[in-house]
Amino acid sequence: MNFAVTIDVRGVEGIADPEGRTIERALGSLGFSGASTVRVGKVITFDLEADDRSSAESTVREMCDRLLANPVIERYEITVSTSS
Amino acid sequence: MSVRVGVISFPGSNCEHDVLEGLSSLGADAEIIWHADRSLKGADAVIIPGGFAHGDYLRCGAIARFSPIMESVTQFAMAGGPVLGICNGFQVLTEAGLLPGALMRNSGLRFLCENATLEVVNDSSILTSMNQAGDQIRLPINHGEGNYTCDAETLARIEDQGQVVLRYMDNPNGSVARIAGVSNEMGNVVGLMPHPERAFDLLFGSADGRSLFASVLGAAEHFSVSKRDSADSVGRS
Repeated sequence: MNFAVTIDVRGVEGIADPEGRTIERALGSLGFSGASTVRVGKVITFDLEADDRSSAESTVREMCDRLLANPVIERYEITVSTSS
Repeated sequence: MSVRVGVISFPGSNCEHDVLEGLSSLGADAEIIWHADRSLKGADAVIIPGGFAHGDYLRCGAIARFSPIMESVTQFAMAGGPVLGICNGFQVLTEAGLLPGALMRNSGLRFLCENATLEVVNDSSILTSMNQAGDQIRLPINHGEGNYTCDAETLARIEDQGQVVLRYMDNPNGSVARIAGVSNEMGNVVGLMPHPERAFDLLFGSADGRSLFASVLGAAEHFSVSKRDSADSVGRS
């Protein structure tokens, strides 16, 4: 089966995110005063061939642990859906 | 016999020739080793130079740590061999798990290219054995992602165990505890963001890099002798 994978990689809470802070200030200076705790992350997407959803998910988790995220500074969330 | 130093070159490394030049000027037998090789060719020390290995894609050092040569570098480090990572090389060593912590975007978001004043914190590391704790040295920095970070528990541990090797006096990139260089627990692996190889002559504003590389060569010699001794004792038994 073919699965569409989306991985959302974000900085660990509590670790400074200077890019997020700068964007927050920029939003404020444009008059969007309500935005707070802005964080910047990255999204990685790809198609994955796997036997079933659970094996797809475990493969993606291993990819994240070994390469796609650095556990010292990042957390990830995985979304696996059936490709149409 | 002069000590042999392997200088690892990845696609995107750009400081390997400066490192080679610095090492040669101190009498070392230094050689560039391509990242796709698997052998360290009998090196007594390994230096991972600065640059943008594999374009710094994904995260700085994240792809480089899986280059074929890194398996040998890891084994060499585990055996007590001296390993130094400079700038991008420091990032590679943290990604490889050979050094604690990680390096993030500079707190001011700007790429920094300037001279930094540093304090030698630990003078028993492979990098600083020719300095005294408390010495202030000047080295150039040249990075966008040199903001050292680690969790509170790791910070307490590395401070406690003397693994902080160098600190910035004025913390240009926002590093936690002003950390500019750290070592592993054994002390044989050191990473730093500043560039000792660019401070080899007063014409360039500082020659403070010379004693740092001389210290690495001292560690390499020590390691080479211990390798020979243990080979001898294996031969005798």
